[in-house]
Amino acid sequence: MVSRLGFLGVIARLFMWAFLLSLAVVVLYPLLWMVLNGFKTNAELFGNPFALPTDLSFGNYRDAWNRGVSDYLATSVLVTVTSTVATVFISAWAAYGLTRVDIPFNKVLTAVILGGLMLTPTVALVPLVRMFQSIGLYNSFWALLILYTAFRIPFTTFLIRAYMIDLPREVDEAAQIDGAGRWTAFWRIILPMCKPIITSTVLLHVLFAWNEYLFAMVFTNGSDVQTLPVGLTSLMSKHGTDFPVVFAGMVIAAVPVVLLFLFGQRYIVKGLADGIGK
Amino acid sequence: MWTVPALVLLAVFVYLPLVQNFGYSTLTWDIYSGSQQFVGLDNYRGLFADPVFWSSFTNNLWYALLSVVFQVFGALLLAALVESIRSTRWQRALWTIYFIPSAISLTVAGLLFYFVYEPNLGLLNHALEAVAPGTFDHAWLGQESTAMTAVIAMSQWQGFGYSTLLFAVAIQRIPAELHEAAALDGAGPVRRFFQVTLPLVREMTGLMVLVTVSGAFQVFNEVMVMTSGGPDNSTHVLGTWLYRNGFVRNDFGHAAAIGTVIFVITLTIAMAQLWFTRRRRVEW
Repeated sequence: MVSRLGFLGVIARLFMWAFLLSLAVVVLYPLLWMVLNGFKTNAELFGNPFALPTDLSFGNYRDAWNRGVSDYLATSVLVTVTSTVATVFISAWAAYGLTRVDIPFNKVLTAVILGGLMLTPTVALVPLVRMFQSIGLYNSFWALLILYTAFRIPFTTFLIRAYMIDLPREVDEAAQIDGAGRWTAFWRIILPMCKPIITSTVLLHVLFAWNEYLFAMVFTNGSDVQTLPVGLTSLMSKHGTDFPVVFAGMVIAAVPVVLLFLFGQRYIVKGLADGIGK
Repeated sequence: MWTVPALVLLAVFVYLPLVQNFGYSTLTWDIYSGSQQFVGLDNYRGLFADPVFWSSFTNNLWYALLSVVFQVFGALLLAALVESIRSTRWQRALWTIYFIPSAISLTVAGLLFYFVYEPNLGLLNHALEAVAPGTFDHAWLGQESTAMTAVIAMSQWQGFGYSTLLFAVAIQRIPAELHEAAALDGAGPVRRFFQVTLPLVREMTGLMVLVTVSGAFQVFNEVMVMTSGGPDNSTHVLGTWLYRNGFVRNDFGHAAAIGTVIFVITLTIAMAQLWFTRRRRVEW
Protein backbone atom coordinates (compact mmCIF):
# COMPACT_ATOMS: atom_id res chain seq x y z
CA MET A 1 0.00 0.00 0.00
CA VAL A 2 2.71 2.45 1.02
CA SER A 3 4.67 1.86 -2.17
CA ARG A 4 1.58 2.61 -4.23
CA LEU A 5 1.09 5.87 -2.37
CA GLY A 6 4.44 7.06 -3.67
CA PHE A 7 6.48 10.02 -2.59
CA LEU A 8 3.66 12.59 -2.79
CA GLY A 9 1.41 10.30 -0.80
CA VAL A 10 3.97 10.06 1.97
CA ILE A 11 4.32 13.85 2.08
CA ALA A 12 0.54 14.22 2.19
CA ARG A 13 0.35 11.73 5.07
CA LEU A 14 3.04 13.61 6.96
CA PHE A 15 1.16 16.88 6.58
CA MET A 16 -2.04 15.21 7.66
CA TRP A 17 -0.46 13.84 10.82
CA ALA A 18 1.20 17.16 11.58
CA PHE A 19 -2.19 18.85 11.26
CA LEU A 20 -4.13 16.31 13.31
CA LEU A 21 -1.55 16.27 16.09
CA SER A 22 -1.23 20.04 16.29
CA LEU A 23 -4.99 20.26 16.55
CA ALA A 24 -4.80 17.83 19.46
CA VAL A 25 -2.22 20.11 21.08
CA VAL A 26 -4.45 23.16 20.54
CA VAL A 27 -7.24 21.29 22.32
CA LEU A 28 -5.20 19.82 25.15
CA TYR A 29 -2.76 22.62 25.96
CA PRO A 30 -5.32 25.15 27.26
CA LEU A 31 -6.83 22.39 29.39
CA LEU A 32 -3.43 21.47 30.77
CA TRP A 33 -2.76 25.17 31.40
CA MET A 34 -6.01 25.35 33.35
CA VAL A 35 -5.01 22.41 35.56
CA LEU A 36 -1.50 23.79 36.12
CA ASN A 37 -2.81 27.27 36.95
CA GLY A 38 -4.92 25.70 39.66
CA PHE A 39 -1.64 24.90 41.43
CA LYS A 40 0.11 28.23 40.92
CA THR A 41 0.40 31.19 43.24
CA ASN A 42 -0.98 34.48 42.02
CA ALA A 43 2.56 35.80 41.39
CA GLU A 44 3.40 32.73 39.33
CA LEU A 45 0.19 33.14 37.36
CA PHE A 46 1.15 36.65 36.32
CA GLY A 47 4.67 35.52 35.43
CA ASN A 48 5.56 33.38 32.44
CA PRO A 49 2.34 31.56 31.48
CA PHE A 50 4.27 28.60 30.09
CA ALA A 51 6.13 27.97 33.34
CA LEU A 52 5.24 25.09 35.61
CA PRO A 53 4.02 25.74 39.16
CA THR A 54 6.87 25.51 41.67
CA ASP A 55 5.09 23.12 43.99
CA LEU A 56 1.99 21.01 43.73
CA SER A 57 0.03 22.17 46.72
CA PHE A 58 -3.70 21.84 46.89
CA GLY A 59 -4.10 25.14 48.73
CA ASN A 60 -6.07 26.75 45.90
CA TYR A 61 -8.40 23.79 45.79
CA ARG A 62 -8.97 24.04 49.52
CA ASP A 63 -9.66 27.77 49.19
CA ALA A 64 -12.06 27.24 46.31
CA TRP A 65 -13.82 24.53 48.25
CA ASN A 66 -14.22 26.76 51.31
CA ARG A 67 -15.33 29.78 49.31
CA GLY A 68 -18.53 28.22 48.06
CA VAL A 69 -17.48 25.50 45.62
CA SER A 70 -18.57 22.80 48.09
CA ASP A 71 -22.09 24.32 48.10
CA TYR A 72 -22.17 24.72 44.32
CA LEU A 73 -21.02 21.15 43.88
CA ALA A 74 -23.68 19.83 46.25
CA THR A 75 -26.40 21.76 44.41
CA SER A 76 -25.11 20.60 41.02
CA VAL A 77 -25.13 16.98 42.15
CA LEU A 78 -28.63 17.30 43.60
CA VAL A 79 -30.10 19.05 40.55
CA THR A 80 -28.34 16.71 38.13
CA VAL A 81 -29.39 13.50 39.88
CA THR A 82 -33.01 14.45 40.52
CA SER A 83 -33.65 15.97 37.10
CA THR A 84 -32.01 12.99 35.38
CA VAL A 85 -34.23 10.54 37.22
CA ALA A 86 -37.36 12.63 36.61
CA THR A 87 -36.62 13.29 32.93
CA VAL A 88 -35.70 9.75 32.00
CA PHE A 89 -38.64 8.11 33.79
CA ILE A 90 -41.24 10.57 32.56
CA SER A 91 -39.85 10.32 29.03
CA ALA A 92 -39.73 6.54 29.11
CA TRP A 93 -43.38 6.43 30.27
CA ALA A 94 -44.34 8.80 27.49
CA ALA A 95 -42.40 6.83 24.91
CA TYR A 96 -44.05 3.63 26.11
CA GLY A 97 -47.50 5.18 25.88
CA LEU A 98 -46.81 6.56 22.43
CA THR A 99 -45.36 3.40 20.93
CA ARG A 100 -46.83 0.38 22.67
CA VAL A 101 -50.22 1.28 24.08
CA ASP A 102 -53.18 2.11 21.87
CA ILE A 103 -54.03 5.52 23.21
CA PRO A 104 -56.42 7.89 21.47
CA PHE A 105 -54.97 10.87 19.57
CA ASN A 106 -51.61 9.14 19.46
CA LYS A 107 -50.39 11.22 16.51
CA VAL A 108 -51.40 14.51 18.08
CA LEU A 109 -49.79 13.64 21.40
CA THR A 110 -46.57 12.62 19.65
CA ALA A 111 -46.53 15.93 17.80
CA VAL A 112 -47.15 17.87 21.01
CA ILE A 113 -44.39 16.13 22.93
CA LEU A 114 -41.79 16.04 20.18
CA GLY A 115 -42.77 19.51 19.00
CA GLY A 116 -41.10 20.79 22.14
CA LEU A 117 -37.81 20.00 20.38
CA MET A 118 -38.33 23.03 18.19
CA LEU A 119 -38.69 25.53 21.00
CA THR A 120 -35.91 27.63 22.43
CA PRO A 121 -35.69 28.17 26.20
CA THR A 122 -34.69 31.82 25.78
CA VAL A 123 -38.07 32.65 24.26
CA ALA A 124 -39.94 31.51 27.37
CA LEU A 125 -37.56 33.17 29.81
CA VAL A 126 -39.44 36.32 30.84
CA PRO A 127 -42.85 34.64 31.38
CA LEU A 128 -41.18 31.74 33.21
CA VAL A 129 -39.46 34.02 35.69
CA ARG A 130 -42.72 35.79 36.48
CA MET A 131 -44.50 32.45 36.80
CA PHE A 132 -41.92 31.05 39.22
CA GLN A 133 -41.94 34.26 41.21
CA SER A 134 -45.69 34.11 41.59
CA ILE A 135 -45.74 30.46 42.67
CA GLY A 136 -42.86 31.10 45.07
CA LEU A 137 -40.35 28.71 43.50
CA TYR A 138 -38.03 31.36 42.12
CA ASN A 139 -34.49 31.06 43.49
CA SER A 140 -35.00 27.47 44.60
CA PHE A 141 -33.73 24.06 43.68
CA TRP A 142 -37.26 23.22 42.48
CA ALA A 143 -37.12 25.77 39.70
CA LEU A 144 -34.09 24.08 38.15
CA LEU A 145 -35.46 20.57 38.68
CA ILE A 146 -38.75 21.47 36.97
CA LEU A 147 -37.20 23.40 34.09
CA TYR A 148 -34.45 20.88 33.34
CA THR A 149 -37.05 18.14 33.29
CA ALA A 150 -39.71 19.95 31.25
CA PHE A 151 -37.31 21.26 28.61
CA ARG A 152 -35.46 17.96 28.16
CA ILE A 153 -38.51 15.69 27.94
CA PRO A 154 -38.95 16.18 24.17
CA PHE A 155 -35.38 15.23 23.29
CA THR A 156 -35.26 12.31 25.74
CA THR A 157 -38.65 10.99 24.65
CA PHE A 158 -37.56 11.31 21.03
CA LEU A 159 -34.53 9.06 21.61
CA ILE A 160 -36.34 6.44 23.72
CA ARG A 161 -39.35 6.39 21.40
CA ALA A 162 -37.17 5.73 18.34
CA TYR A 163 -35.70 2.76 20.18
CA MET A 164 -38.96 1.35 21.56
CA ILE A 165 -40.67 1.51 18.19
CA ASP A 166 -38.20 -1.07 16.89
CA LEU A 167 -38.88 -3.61 19.64
CA PRO A 168 -40.99 -6.49 18.28
CA ARG A 169 -44.73 -6.50 18.98
CA GLU A 170 -44.57 -10.10 20.20
CA VAL A 171 -42.87 -8.89 23.37
CA ASP A 172 -46.04 -7.18 24.56
CA GLU A 173 -48.21 -10.11 23.52
CA ALA A 174 -46.00 -12.56 25.40
CA ALA A 175 -46.22 -10.35 28.47
CA GLN A 176 -49.99 -10.27 28.23
CA ILE A 177 -50.24 -14.04 27.91
CA ASP A 178 -48.18 -14.28 31.08
CA GLY A 179 -50.87 -12.17 32.68
CA ALA A 180 -48.63 -9.18 33.28
CA GLY A 181 -50.43 -5.85 33.35
CA ARG A 182 -49.13 -2.86 31.44
CA TRP A 183 -47.36 -1.55 34.50
CA THR A 184 -45.47 -4.79 35.08
CA ALA A 185 -44.74 -5.18 31.38
CA PHE A 186 -43.19 -1.74 31.30
CA TRP A 187 -40.95 -2.18 34.35
CA ARG A 188 -40.06 -5.82 33.97
CA ILE A 189 -39.80 -6.28 30.22
CA ILE A 190 -39.74 -3.13 28.09
CA LEU A 191 -37.54 -0.95 30.28
CA PRO A 192 -34.80 -3.58 30.70
CA MET A 193 -34.83 -4.11 26.93
CA CYS A 194 -34.22 -0.39 26.45
CA LYS A 195 -31.15 -0.37 28.65
CA PRO A 196 -28.69 0.88 25.98
CA ILE A 197 -30.78 3.90 25.02
CA ILE A 198 -31.65 4.59 28.66
CA THR A 199 -27.93 4.67 29.41
CA SER A 200 -27.39 7.12 26.54
CA THR A 201 -30.18 9.42 27.66
CA VAL A 202 -29.02 9.33 31.28
CA LEU A 203 -25.48 10.32 30.29
CA LEU A 204 -26.65 13.04 27.90
CA HIS A 205 -28.96 14.48 30.52
CA VAL A 206 -26.21 14.47 33.13
CA LEU A 207 -23.91 16.38 30.74
CA PHE A 208 -26.73 18.83 30.06
CA ALA A 209 -27.78 19.43 33.66
CA TRP A 210 -24.23 19.67 34.98
CA ASN A 211 -23.27 22.27 32.37
CA GLU A 212 -26.50 24.25 31.94
CA TYR A 213 -26.11 27.98 32.46
CA LEU A 214 -29.08 30.03 31.18
CA PHE A 215 -31.75 28.77 33.59
CA ALA A 216 -29.26 28.32 36.42
CA MET A 217 -28.16 31.92 36.13
CA VAL A 218 -31.59 33.49 35.71
CA PHE A 219 -33.51 31.44 38.27
CA THR A 220 -31.08 31.40 41.19
CA ASN A 221 -29.22 34.15 42.98
CA GLY A 222 -28.36 32.82 46.43
CA SER A 223 -25.09 30.92 46.75
CA ASP A 224 -26.92 28.11 48.54
CA VAL A 225 -28.95 27.24 45.43
CA GLN A 226 -26.45 28.07 42.69
CA THR A 227 -24.96 25.32 40.56
CA LEU A 228 -21.31 25.11 39.59
CA PRO A 229 -21.44 27.05 36.29
CA VAL A 230 -23.09 30.04 37.94
CA GLY A 231 -21.06 29.61 41.10
CA LEU A 232 -17.83 29.79 39.12
CA THR A 233 -18.75 33.14 37.62
CA SER A 234 -19.60 34.53 41.04
CA LEU A 235 -16.36 33.09 42.45
CA MET A 236 -14.65 35.06 39.71
CA SER A 237 -16.43 38.35 40.42
CA LYS A 238 -16.36 38.06 44.22
CA HIS A 239 -12.71 37.29 44.70
CA GLY A 240 -11.26 39.84 42.33
CA THR A 241 -7.78 38.88 41.35
CA ASP A 242 -7.27 35.63 43.18
CA PHE A 243 -7.35 33.82 39.87
CA PRO A 244 -5.63 30.53 40.82
CA VAL A 245 -8.60 29.79 43.06
CA VAL A 246 -10.92 30.31 40.10
CA PHE A 247 -8.83 27.88 38.04
CA ALA A 248 -9.07 25.32 40.83
CA GLY A 249 -12.85 25.75 40.81
CA MET A 250 -12.95 25.28 37.05
CA VAL A 251 -11.03 22.03 37.35
CA ILE A 252 -13.42 20.80 40.03
CA ALA A 253 -16.35 21.56 37.70
CA ALA A 254 -14.73 19.99 34.64
CA VAL A 255 -13.28 16.75 36.02
CA PRO A 256 -16.54 14.86 36.71
CA VAL A 257 -17.96 15.39 33.20
CA VAL A 258 -14.68 14.61 31.47
CA LEU A 259 -14.48 11.34 33.41
CA LEU A 260 -18.10 10.62 32.62
CA PHE A 261 -17.39 11.14 28.95
CA LEU A 262 -14.26 8.99 28.97
CA PHE A 263 -16.14 6.07 30.54
CA GLY A 264 -19.48 6.49 28.80
CA GLN A 265 -18.15 7.59 25.42
CA ARG A 266 -19.80 4.79 23.49
CA TYR A 267 -23.28 5.57 24.82
CA ILE A 268 -22.88 9.32 24.53
CA VAL A 269 -21.81 9.14 20.89
CA LYS A 270 -24.61 6.71 20.09
CA GLY A 271 -27.20 8.99 21.68
CA LEU A 272 -25.89 12.09 19.94
CA ALA A 273 -25.77 10.36 16.57
CA ASP A 274 -29.31 9.02 16.93
CA GLY A 275 -30.50 12.40 18.10
CA ILE A 276 -29.50 14.08 14.90
CA GLY A 277 -29.50 11.22 12.40
CA LYS A 278 -32.98 9.77 12.71
CA MET B 1 -52.15 7.94 31.28
CA TRP B 2 -48.53 7.16 30.41
CA THR B 3 -48.06 10.44 28.64
CA VAL B 4 -49.81 12.63 31.20
CA PRO B 5 -46.77 13.72 33.27
CA ALA B 6 -44.86 14.69 30.14
CA LEU B 7 -47.83 16.54 28.68
CA VAL B 8 -48.58 18.47 31.85
CA LEU B 9 -44.97 19.58 32.32
CA LEU B 10 -44.68 20.61 28.68
CA ALA B 11 -47.98 22.44 28.65
CA VAL B 12 -47.34 24.43 31.81
CA PHE B 13 -43.62 25.14 31.57
CA VAL B 14 -42.87 25.11 27.84
CA TYR B 15 -45.95 25.93 25.79
CA LEU B 16 -47.77 28.27 28.17
CA PRO B 17 -44.82 30.67 28.68
CA LEU B 18 -44.28 30.66 24.94
CA VAL B 19 -47.81 31.89 24.38
CA GLN B 20 -47.48 34.35 27.25
CA ASN B 21 -44.40 35.75 25.57
CA PHE B 22 -46.51 36.88 22.61
CA GLY B 23 -48.90 38.57 25.00
CA TYR B 24 -46.06 40.27 26.88
CA SER B 25 -44.65 41.61 23.65
CA THR B 26 -47.77 43.75 23.19
CA LEU B 27 -47.70 45.22 26.69
CA THR B 28 -45.76 47.89 28.46
CA TRP B 29 -45.03 47.73 32.18
CA ASP B 30 -44.71 50.42 34.71
CA ILE B 31 -41.96 48.94 36.85
CA TYR B 32 -42.90 50.99 39.90
CA SER B 33 -46.62 50.36 40.05
CA GLY B 34 -46.49 47.06 38.16
CA SER B 35 -49.46 48.09 36.03
CA GLN B 36 -49.61 46.95 32.42
CA GLN B 37 -50.90 48.67 29.37
CA PHE B 38 -51.65 47.34 25.90
CA VAL B 39 -49.50 49.03 23.27
CA GLY B 40 -50.05 46.85 20.22
CA LEU B 41 -46.97 46.57 18.08
CA ASP B 42 -45.11 49.45 19.70
CA ASN B 43 -42.52 47.14 21.25
CA TYR B 44 -41.68 45.77 17.83
CA ARG B 45 -41.38 49.28 16.41
CA GLY B 46 -39.08 50.15 19.28
CA LEU B 47 -37.09 46.98 18.67
CA PHE B 48 -36.53 47.65 14.99
CA ALA B 49 -35.37 51.16 15.86
CA ASP B 50 -32.93 49.81 18.46
CA PRO B 51 -29.37 49.77 17.07
CA VAL B 52 -28.17 47.19 19.62
CA PHE B 53 -30.91 44.83 18.46
CA TRP B 54 -29.49 45.01 14.96
CA SER B 55 -25.88 44.66 16.05
CA SER B 56 -26.92 41.65 18.17
CA PHE B 57 -28.67 40.13 15.19
CA THR B 58 -25.58 40.71 13.04
CA ASN B 59 -23.44 39.07 15.71
CA ASN B 60 -25.71 36.01 15.65
CA LEU B 61 -25.33 35.90 11.86
CA TRP B 62 -21.55 36.18 12.13
CA TYR B 63 -21.68 33.41 14.73
CA ALA B 64 -23.73 31.26 12.37
CA LEU B 65 -21.47 31.89 9.41
CA LEU B 66 -18.21 31.08 11.20
CA SER B 67 -19.75 28.04 12.88
CA VAL B 68 -20.97 26.66 9.57
CA VAL B 69 -17.52 27.12 8.08
CA PHE B 70 -15.64 25.49 10.96
CA GLN B 71 -18.10 23.21 12.70
CA VAL B 72 -19.80 21.87 9.61
CA PHE B 73 -17.47 21.98 6.62
CA GLY B 74 -14.26 22.02 8.64
CA ALA B 75 -15.57 19.21 10.81
CA LEU B 76 -16.57 17.16 7.78
CA LEU B 77 -13.07 17.41 6.30
CA LEU B 78 -11.53 16.62 9.66
CA ALA B 79 -13.78 13.61 10.13
CA ALA B 80 -12.81 12.29 6.70
CA LEU B 81 -9.11 12.81 7.52
CA VAL B 82 -9.31 10.95 10.82
CA GLU B 83 -11.39 8.19 9.25
CA SER B 84 -8.66 7.70 6.65
CA ILE B 85 -6.23 6.69 9.41
CA ARG B 86 -5.86 2.95 9.39
CA SER B 87 -5.03 2.50 13.06
CA THR B 88 -8.29 2.39 14.95
CA ARG B 89 -6.45 3.03 18.20
CA TRP B 90 -5.19 6.39 16.90
CA GLN B 91 -8.60 7.19 15.52
CA ARG B 92 -10.23 6.63 18.84
CA ALA B 93 -7.55 8.60 20.69
CA LEU B 94 -8.05 11.60 18.40
CA TRP B 95 -11.85 11.48 18.68
CA THR B 96 -11.59 11.39 22.45
CA ILE B 97 -9.18 14.32 22.59
CA TYR B 98 -11.19 16.44 20.17
CA PHE B 99 -14.41 15.83 22.07
CA ILE B 100 -13.18 16.68 25.57
CA PRO B 101 -13.93 20.44 25.25
CA SER B 102 -17.54 19.58 24.36
CA ALA B 103 -17.93 17.62 27.57
CA ILE B 104 -16.80 20.49 29.79
CA SER B 105 -19.28 23.31 30.05
CA LEU B 106 -19.28 26.45 27.96
CA THR B 107 -18.91 28.28 31.26
CA VAL B 108 -15.62 26.59 32.08
CA ALA B 109 -14.43 26.89 28.48
CA GLY B 110 -15.51 30.54 28.38
CA LEU B 111 -13.74 31.39 31.64
CA LEU B 112 -10.66 29.51 30.47
CA PHE B 113 -10.53 31.53 27.25
CA TYR B 114 -11.22 34.72 29.13
CA PHE B 115 -7.80 34.04 30.65
CA VAL B 116 -6.27 32.81 27.40
CA TYR B 117 -7.19 36.16 25.83
CA GLU B 118 -6.24 38.17 28.92
CA PRO B 119 -3.61 40.70 27.82
CA ASN B 120 -1.20 40.29 30.76
CA LEU B 121 -1.26 36.67 31.80
CA GLY B 122 -2.95 35.18 28.77
CA LEU B 123 -1.55 32.38 26.66
CA LEU B 124 -2.44 33.96 23.36
CA ASN B 125 -0.46 37.17 23.65
CA HIS B 126 2.52 35.34 25.11
CA ALA B 127 2.46 32.77 22.32
CA LEU B 128 2.19 35.47 19.65
CA GLU B 129 4.91 37.46 21.39
CA ALA B 130 7.22 34.50 21.09
CA VAL B 131 6.54 34.17 17.36
CA ALA B 132 6.43 37.83 16.34
CA PRO B 133 7.46 40.18 19.16
CA GLY B 134 5.60 43.44 19.57
CA THR B 135 3.09 43.02 16.78
CA PHE B 136 0.11 41.31 18.33
CA ASP B 137 -0.36 42.87 21.73
CA HIS B 138 -4.13 42.88 21.99
CA ALA B 139 -6.75 43.02 24.70
CA TRP B 140 -8.74 40.58 22.61
CA LEU B 141 -11.97 40.82 24.57
CA GLY B 142 -11.54 44.49 25.41
CA GLN B 143 -11.63 45.91 21.89
CA GLU B 144 -14.75 46.09 19.78
CA SER B 145 -12.83 45.05 16.68
CA THR B 146 -11.77 41.66 18.05
CA ALA B 147 -14.11 40.82 20.94
CA MET B 148 -16.94 39.11 19.06
CA THR B 149 -14.67 37.06 16.87
CA ALA B 150 -12.64 36.04 19.92
CA VAL B 151 -15.79 34.74 21.61
CA ILE B 152 -16.79 32.86 18.48
CA ALA B 153 -13.29 31.40 18.15
CA MET B 154 -13.61 29.99 21.67
CA SER B 155 -16.88 28.36 20.77
CA GLN B 156 -15.32 26.73 17.72
CA TRP B 157 -12.61 25.33 19.97
CA GLN B 158 -15.27 24.05 22.33
CA GLY B 159 -17.67 22.61 19.76
CA PHE B 160 -15.77 21.29 16.74
CA GLY B 161 -15.13 17.89 18.31
CA TYR B 162 -18.85 17.30 18.75
CA SER B 163 -19.76 17.88 15.11
CA THR B 164 -16.66 16.06 13.88
CA LEU B 165 -17.73 13.04 15.88
CA LEU B 166 -21.23 13.12 14.37
CA PHE B 167 -19.75 13.24 10.88
CA ALA B 168 -17.45 10.37 11.76
CA VAL B 169 -20.47 8.26 12.71
CA ALA B 170 -22.11 9.14 9.38
CA ILE B 171 -18.95 8.27 7.46
CA GLN B 172 -18.63 4.96 9.29
CA ARG B 173 -22.13 4.05 8.14
CA ILE B 174 -21.01 4.23 4.49
CA PRO B 175 -20.53 0.65 3.30
CA ALA B 176 -16.81 -0.12 2.94
CA GLU B 177 -17.43 -1.79 -0.44
CA LEU B 178 -18.17 1.58 -1.99
CA HIS B 179 -14.73 2.88 -1.07
CA GLU B 180 -13.09 -0.36 -2.18
CA ALA B 181 -14.88 -0.29 -5.52
CA ALA B 182 -13.81 3.31 -6.07
CA ALA B 183 -10.24 2.42 -5.11
CA LEU B 184 -10.24 -0.43 -7.62
CA ASP B 185 -11.33 2.05 -10.25
CA GLY B 186 -8.15 3.93 -9.44
CA ALA B 187 -9.66 6.78 -7.43
CA GLY B 188 -7.21 8.31 -4.94
CA PRO B 189 -8.20 9.41 -1.45
CA VAL B 190 -9.11 12.92 -2.56
CA ARG B 191 -11.36 11.75 -5.37
CA ARG B 192 -12.94 9.15 -3.11
CA PHE B 193 -13.79 11.90 -0.65
CA PHE B 194 -15.57 13.92 -3.34
CA GLN B 195 -17.19 11.02 -5.17
CA VAL B 196 -18.07 8.58 -2.40
CA THR B 197 -18.01 10.25 1.02
CA LEU B 198 -19.41 13.65 0.17
CA PRO B 199 -22.54 12.54 -1.71
CA LEU B 200 -23.36 10.02 1.00
CA VAL B 201 -23.11 12.44 3.90
CA ARG B 202 -24.93 15.22 2.07
CA GLU B 203 -28.11 14.89 4.11
CA MET B 204 -26.11 14.83 7.31
CA THR B 205 -24.30 17.97 6.19
CA GLY B 206 -27.60 19.70 5.46
CA LEU B 207 -28.93 18.77 8.88
CA MET B 208 -25.75 19.95 10.56
CA VAL B 209 -25.96 23.31 8.80
CA LEU B 210 -29.51 23.79 10.10
CA VAL B 211 -28.69 22.64 13.62
CA THR B 212 -25.61 24.85 13.72
CA VAL B 213 -27.40 27.97 12.47
CA SER B 214 -30.21 27.38 14.94
CA GLY B 215 -27.65 26.98 17.72
CA ALA B 216 -25.98 30.23 16.69
CA PHE B 217 -29.25 32.08 17.29
CA GLN B 218 -29.54 30.61 20.79
CA VAL B 219 -26.09 31.65 21.98
CA PHE B 220 -26.06 32.99 25.51
CA ASN B 221 -23.68 31.27 27.88
CA GLU B 222 -20.27 32.06 26.37
CA VAL B 223 -21.08 35.72 25.69
CA MET B 224 -22.40 36.19 29.22
CA VAL B 225 -19.33 34.60 30.77
CA MET B 226 -16.68 36.21 28.57
CA THR B 227 -17.89 39.77 27.88
CA SER B 228 -21.47 40.21 29.21
CA GLY B 229 -22.13 41.99 25.94
CA GLY B 230 -19.36 44.57 26.25
CA PRO B 231 -17.31 46.52 25.35
CA ASP B 232 -19.96 49.15 24.65
CA ASN B 233 -22.68 46.57 23.83
CA SER B 234 -20.64 45.38 20.84
CA THR B 235 -20.78 41.66 21.64
CA HIS B 236 -24.43 41.35 22.53
CA VAL B 237 -26.35 38.59 20.79
CA LEU B 238 -30.13 38.31 20.77
CA GLY B 239 -30.16 36.06 23.85
CA THR B 240 -28.02 38.35 26.01
CA TRP B 241 -29.82 41.47 24.78
CA LEU B 242 -33.11 39.85 25.75
CA TYR B 243 -31.70 39.05 29.18
CA ARG B 244 -30.41 42.58 29.67
CA ASN B 245 -33.71 44.19 28.67
CA GLY B 246 -35.83 41.78 30.66
CA PHE B 247 -33.87 41.45 33.87
CA VAL B 248 -31.51 44.40 34.14
CA ARG B 249 -33.62 47.16 32.64
CA ASN B 250 -36.93 45.45 33.52
CA ASP B 251 -38.32 46.32 30.10
CA PHE B 252 -40.35 43.12 29.73
CA GLY B 253 -42.10 44.23 26.57
CA HIS B 254 -38.87 44.90 24.72
CA ALA B 255 -37.41 41.58 25.93
CA ALA B 256 -40.53 39.67 24.89
CA ALA B 257 -40.35 41.21 21.42
CA ILE B 258 -36.76 39.96 21.09
CA GLY B 259 -38.07 36.59 22.26
CA THR B 260 -40.56 36.55 19.43
CA VAL B 261 -37.80 37.26 16.90
CA ILE B 262 -35.71 34.36 18.27
CA PHE B 263 -38.81 32.17 18.20
CA VAL B 264 -39.60 32.95 14.55
CA ILE B 265 -36.00 32.34 13.44
CA THR B 266 -35.51 29.08 15.32
CA LEU B 267 -38.95 27.74 14.45
CA THR B 268 -38.38 28.42 10.74
CA ILE B 269 -35.11 26.51 10.91
CA ALA B 270 -36.78 23.67 12.81
CA MET B 271 -39.48 23.43 10.14
CA ALA B 272 -36.80 23.27 7.46
CA GLN B 273 -35.14 20.51 9.44
CA LEU B 274 -38.38 18.56 9.67
CA TRP B 275 -39.00 18.94 5.96
CA PHE B 276 -35.45 17.82 5.33
CA THR B 277 -35.67 14.61 7.39
CA ARG B 278 -39.12 13.77 5.98
CA ARG B 279 -37.82 14.08 2.45
CA ARG B 280 -34.83 11.95 3.27
CA ARG B 281 -37.00 9.22 4.72
CA VAL B 282 -39.05 9.11 1.53
CA GLU B 283 -35.91 8.84 -0.56
CA TRP B 284 -34.70 5.86 1.41
